[in-house]
Parts: sequence; C-alpha cells; structure tokens
Amino acid sequence: MQTKKTRNQIIPALIFLIPGFALFFVFFLGPLLYSLRLSFFHWNFAHPDQSVFIGLKNYTDTLKDATFRRAIINTGVYTVITVVVKMVLGFFVAVLLNQKIRGRAFFRVAYYLPVITSWVIVSLLFTYMFSGQGGLVNYFLKDVLHLVNKNIMWLADPILALVPVVLVDIWKGVGWTVVIFLSGLQAIPVELLEAAAVDGANRWQRLIKIMLPMMRGTIVFLVVVLVLGGLNAYVPFKLITGGDPMGQTHSILTLMYHATFESLDFGKGAAISYLLTLFVFVLSFVQLKLLRKPAGE
Amino acid sequence: MKRSQNMFRIFSYIVLLLGLGIVAVPLWYMVSTAFKPQTMVFELPPKFWPDPSTLQNFVKALTTDKFGLYFWNSTKVAFVATSLTVLISSMLAFAFARLNFKFKEPLFYLLLLGMMVPPVMLIIPQFVISHWLKLYNNLWGLILVYITMNISMQTFLLRGVFEDVPRDLEEAAMIDGGNPWTIFTKIILPLSGPGIAVVVINSFLYSWEEYSWANVNIGDTANRTLPIGIALFQSAHLTEWGQVFAASLVALVPVVIIFLIFQRYFVQGISTTGIKG
Repeated sequence: MQTKKTRNQIIPALIFLIPGFALFFVFFLGPLLYSLRLSFFHWNFAHPDQSVFIGLKNYTDTLKDATFRRAIINTGVYTVITVVVKMVLGFFVAVLLNQKIRGRAFFRVAYYLPVITSWVIVSLLFTYMFSGQGGLVNYFLKDVLHLVNKNIMWLADPILALVPVVLVDIWKGVGWTVVIFLSGLQAIPVELLEAAAVDGANRWQRLIKIMLPMMRGTIVFLVVVLVLGGLNAYVPFKLITGGDPMGQTHSILTLMYHATFESLDFGKGAAISYLLTLFVFVLSFVQLKLLRKPAGE
Repeated sequence: MKRSQNMFRIFSYIVLLLGLGIVAVPLWYMVSTAFKPQTMVFELPPKFWPDPSTLQNFVKALTTDKFGLYFWNSTKVAFVATSLTVLISSMLAFAFARLNFKFKEPLFYLLLLGMMVPPVMLIIPQFVISHWLKLYNNLWGLILVYITMNISMQTFLLRGVFEDVPRDLEEAAMIDGGNPWTIFTKIILPLSGPGIAVVVINSFLYSWEEYSWANVNIGDTANRTLPIGIALFQSAHLTEWGQVFAASLVALVPVVIIFLIFQRYFVQGISTTGIKG
C-alpha cells in the first residue's frame, strides 16, 4: 500500500514541478553557471566562438583596479551605515507602534508608503531634492538653518554624492524594518512584560533585558537580509550618481554594469559579479554562525 | 505610574509625528512639483502648494513621450508575471508540502539557492541567453525572468502556508476519489487566501517596478516599461521635473491601490508565512 502510494505520486509530482524547474534551469541555474564560464574568457559578444580563454585574468585585473577598490569602499560604507540606521530606527519606531495608541494603523501605513514607491522614482526624487541650484536640501541648509553659506554641489563631489544615496535607502527602507520588528514584537507574550513590570523593571530594562533577547530570530533575519540588500545596491547608485564624478561613486554592481554594457567587457563584468557572490556567501554564512549561536535555539 | 505612562505616550506621539514629517516631506514635494509650471520647478522658497498650479505636466507626460504605451506594457508584464508566479510557485509549494517523490529535499534546497543570488548579478548571462532564445526586446523576456527571480522566495513562503492546512480535509477528499490536482485546487488554494495575497503583492511590486533587467533587455521604445520610460525621460529632459513626477505619480497609482486593498493581508501574511524566523 505504502509503496504503491509513493510510486503513484511521481507522475503528479512531475506535473507540479516541471513548469517551475524548467524556468529555474533556463533563467537561473543555467545563467549562474554560464556566467562562471564567461568570467574566464575575454568574451566576444558578437562572435562567441572567437572568445579567448584567459584563466583568472579577469579576476586579477579586477582586484588590481582602483575603481573596483573604490566601489568596494563605497558599497561597504553604504551597507554599514544604512543597515545600522535602519535597524536602530526601525526597532524604536516598532516599539512605539506596539503600544495601544490612537492612529496606530495610520502610522503603520504611512511609514510603509516609501517602501512601496519604486526605486526609480525615489532615486529621481532625491536627485531633485539634492540639486545644487534650487534644491530643497540646500535651501534648508543655507536659507533656513544657515549651516552653510553657499550651495553645496552634492553630485559633483565624490564623497558628498554618496549622501543622497545613503539617505534615500534609509528613508525608503525604515518602514520595512518597522513591519518586520512589529511582527517580532507581537510574538512576545504580554504576560512576560507585565510580570517584569510588577517586579519593578522599568521601560528601558524591559526593552533591553526582555524584548531584545526575545527577538534574536527577527534581528538575525533582518541583519542578513539588509546586509545582502546593501551589498547588492544598484538602482540608487545608477540613477543618482551614475558612478560620477570620474568613476569614484560606483557600487560594485553599477561597476559591473559599466564594465559589461558600456566597456563591453562581458568577462570582466561576470568576474565582478562572481567576486561579489563569493563574498556575499561567505559573509552570510559567517553572520548566521555568529548571530545564531549564543541562543542555542 | 499613571503619570509616567502619559508622559511616555506624549513622547511617542512626538517621535512618531516627527518621523511622519520626514516620510511625508519628500512625497509631498514630489506631488507639488508635478503640479508646478516648468518656470517654478526650482523656485525658492518652496511653496506648500504651487501658485499658479497646472495639470499641464500630466497632459504632456501622458501624451508626448509615449507614457500611455509604457503604462500598457507595464500592465501586461505585471499582470501576466504575477498570475504565472502565483500559479507556478503554488504548484511547486504543493509538491514540496504534500507529495512524496525522490530527491525532494535536495531539489528544495536547490530551488532555495534562488533566494541567495540577487537578480542584478545574473543580468549578463541572462542577456546572452535572452539573445539566443530571441527574447531580447520582447516583453516575454521580462515576464519569464521576473517569474524565475520570484519563484524561490514565493515557493518558500507558500510551502509554509500549505503545510498549515489541516490534512484531515484531504484525506476525506482522497477517499472520495480526489486526485492531487483536485486537492490542490479545491482544498489547498481556497484555504490559503492570505498567503496567496502576499505572493500577489510581492510579485506585482517586483514586476511593476523592476528596472535593472528591463533596462538591459529592452532596446526599442515600443517595448519599454514604465521604470525605464521614467528614468530615460529624466536623463533626456534634465530639468523637466514636473513631467518626471507627473509620470511617476501615474505609475504609483496601481501600486497604492493594490497596497491599500491587500494591506490587511499583508501584515497578516508576514506573520503567517513565518518570516519572523
């Protein structure tokens, strides 16, 4: 009986699996492996048969490239700042929204609006707000707060150009961390917090001693996902700075795009993407090990 | 005790309203700019509402630069990609949640690999493959890639949802002679509404606003989707911000509608799909 049942399900299983796995092989797994192959060639897009095998040269060239190193620094700084700020702000807003207060649903929806606004639109919006002449940000800094005495040319400076890129990510992303933190907070038993309050724990102690440790799972999830997102930043860099001035403001992936579709060096582009994947895999693995361990869950 | 409670409540409101302001200012600035005549786009100090205000930007954006066509292309892509993502990932999830077959575990982990690799990384090989399959410059090239980039995550979510559907119901259906397909369509799917809603939101948002792949795979004006249209419009008409944001607002309408309709399921969905880990 049992064997018959198992055997019977091979046909239905195939029917349910084939559409999904066909796409998965053609557009995901195939490209993933093909890209590895590309990265060992000086690739000729028009005549692939004339491509030349060059071993690891694309990788070594990339690692020696000053623009690539700069892109790593840009991406790293961007990731660290945005992840930390989004985690901290998201956590505190979620704690505030986790009380029984009026307008809770409204705040939650309002904070989520930037999340559903597309990357293209918010990137253009921040480009506009950070315009050198007549931009809203310069107006606030110069004419309202008098912090500076002349307009700042944000996008003309290799370091200042990263300010709108970082801010747009924080502005757009906090709402999402709030929602995830809220679902984590709601899983903490109310009795536990009430018992602690009866025992004389103040609000801050309850926050640090009970809520934070109880939310380890949520925090691990957020750190891993946000770091992954940060390292793969693409659209805001592409649309706000475009790598300018002088290729100083690339993220790793905009540099990949630039190498591939502007310099038409497909092999080098593929090598950059593989270096990033490798790094992301190692980092995610290390993060999961480090963050999971102490709780022994 | 009571007093500190009230103080904290007031403090909460101040912080939340401050946050609301930070969220609202850029959005409001976008809306008001869409109604500004071109001469006022960089006017300082900025006004709460432009005077005179104009609908000219909307008229121009929708008529001159083919935004109507881009909107239609995006609608087709998002509609087809979302429907097929729901169908294909729920079929996969059903197989992994309910059927017995060889290599079930390894296949599931292989599929999860799709969650680890970010979509932009694959645009180079996908571009090459899209040329081979004659999908370059074709909306199907977008649709098939969008489905693929979504199925790993959505299958993972739905498998969790399907596993929570009580098995007793199926056993009853089995005895009545039901096959896996009837169990899937008559029992599992109808009982998984909120989970499906989450998948609809995720895949609609993804395909409606995807930029990187569309930017690479679409060359012809006639096949552009909205994100590409808006980004190119901005780089071609550097300072016509009124029109850029008029088009952006039109592009946002379907997203906001979907979000408001499914919003209830959305928060519910996050807890039912076990994202909290």
